[in-house]
Amino acid sequence: MSSHVQQSSRVQSRSRISKVVSSIPPSGIRKFFDLAASMDDVISLGVGEPDFVTPWNVREAAISALERGYTTYTANSGLPELRREISKYMSQQFNIDYDYDEQVVVTVGASEAIDLALRSIIDPGDEVLVVEPSYVSYVPTVRFTGAVPVIVETTRGTDFKLTARHIEEKVTPKTKAIIFCFPNNPTGSTMTGEELQEIARVIEKHDLIVLSDEIYAELTYSGQHESLAAQTDMYDRTIVINGFSKAFAMTGWRVGYAVGPRDIIQAMTKIHQYTMLCAPIMSQMAAVEALKKGLPEKDRMVESYRHRRNYVVKAFREIGLDCHQPEGAFYAFPSVKATGLTSDEFAEQLIQEEKVAVVPGHVFGAGGEGHIRCSYATSLEQLQEAIKRMGRFVEKHL
Amino acid sequence: MKQVKELLHLLEENSHVSRKTIADMMGISEDDVNQLIQELEDKKVIVKYMALVNWEKVEENDHVTAVIDVKVTPKRDVGFDEVAERIYRFPEVKSVYLMSGAYDLSVTIEAPTMKEIAQFVSDKLSTLDSVISTTTHFMLKRYKHDGVVLTDKDDDRRMVVTP
Ligand SMILES: Cc1ncc(COP(=O)(O)O)c(C=O)c1O
Repeated sequence: MSSHVQQSSRVQSRSRISKVVSSIPPSGIRKFFDLAASMDDVISLGVGEPDFVTPWNVREAAISALERGYTTYTANSGLPELRREISKYMSQQFNIDYDYDEQVVVTVGASEAIDLALRSIIDPGDEVLVVEPSYVSYVPTVRFTGAVPVIVETTRGTDFKLTARHIEEKVTPKTKAIIFCFPNNPTGSTMTGEELQEIARVIEKHDLIVLSDEIYAELTYSGQHESLAAQTDMYDRTIVINGFSKAFAMTGWRVGYAVGPRDIIQAMTKIHQYTMLCAPIMSQMAAVEALKKGLPEKDRMVESYRHRRNYVVKAFREIGLDCHQPEGAFYAFPSVKATGLTSDEFAEQLIQEEKVAVVPGHVFGAGGEGHIRCSYATSLEQLQEAIKRMGRFVEKHL
Repeated sequence: MKQVKELLHLLEENSHVSRKTIADMMGISEDDVNQLIQELEDKKVIVKYMALVNWEKVEENDHVTAVIDVKVTPKRDVGFDEVAERIYRFPEVKSVYLMSGAYDLSVTIEAPTMKEIAQFVSDKLSTLDSVISTTTHFMLKRYKHDGVVLTDKDDDRRMVVTP
């Protein structure tokens, strides 16, 4: 026993863990996970994934793949059939054409695609603009590459949309790339074609590469999702990241993809080939089924999120929380400033007093402070109960 | 029309949800919802509101269900409608569908005991003039009814807080 203790302290002094990894603080979400997990009867609005189980036809396709013995590696960039379907899908849904053979790489979730994209284009010391509030993985993933993340903050003032001015304020000659996500996690904000066109001009002017995380593209509630890659001059500098986790309720399958300019996708495939080899074949076969036959079921799920979005945003306003209208994803991002509490205090007291779990906005970047992320991917009954409890809580603190 | 369908889907999913919540979900006013529902009720598009009961969970449950395939000779001018009507008027008959294929009418019937169902078939159904033959299938277990799985509920297997 004592020799173990000695050993670990020796390791500590030699600092076995790299400087980069050591310098990254633990995720702010962890604390709320632990709190929520330690209590019974918690209603959670803290979950970043669909409340649907993967549609049965998709599950069935994977079962059948296993039965037929599909248990092997696939081509590094993914099953040709899946890449063909992805290429067709991008063209039909978002009006962008990609060669399935050279411009599509199938990854282990969008998460891997983000990592591959950054590693493909970054040299140590480069600056990468990270648009916040954002999904928690961007800043750490940028830092793992040795690049310097530079935060671009969007605010409630612009409904958390990104503008040309935001970019101009932070761009330097060292800026190599920019990463953002619309529809956004955690704000639910989206960008119209016109708004994208405006930022496209600055992106072009400063010769930036864009990682456009469009994993929530299908979860758009008014009009069609617009891809940055479809805007003038953006095709050759945009890596579009998407996946099956959100639209098809397939988080556990770990399958996503990136599409983009040939050279970058090929570079990404090179890293993927050595570090991952390929995405799991049964998940890829399930993904084929999702794209071929899963669209009506996807639409049904989107409709159900839209109903719950409408309900929950109105309800937040009625209990006295200012909330912009999220046009995509499945998150509402109300402000808690009226209560005088920080987002951390709000979230912590809310779970202690009323057993409702939400995620404090600062977890998604300093600009998220004063807000809480509430996922409405949960049943209407649960949402109604959560609103009742939150109404009681807010009333006490107003 | 899109709005009507949207409303009907919401009610079909759960007619117990308050009118205000339905209005909020659809992004229209409560008055509009009330008016739409009134129209749909008047036109008998919405026929009835009821509870879906899982009788198997009720103690001393006295429900036996049978599905009966009925072959009939259609009558001139009235086709199958007349005999269908004669069958669906019995209160123990829960549903009557005209089918394509090996038989004509699919009749669902509920009674407290198998014996009563057997009696109904021999006394009431087989004796109808146009009925040629019947095949009775007793229902052993309901797994899914009207789109609702009755056996068990899928638990939420997600972790409580995720990014
Ligand atoms: C914005 C965003 N990007 C990427 C991911 C990761 O997706 P995947 O499951 O495909 O790795 C998430 C998951 O929460 C997300 O919210």
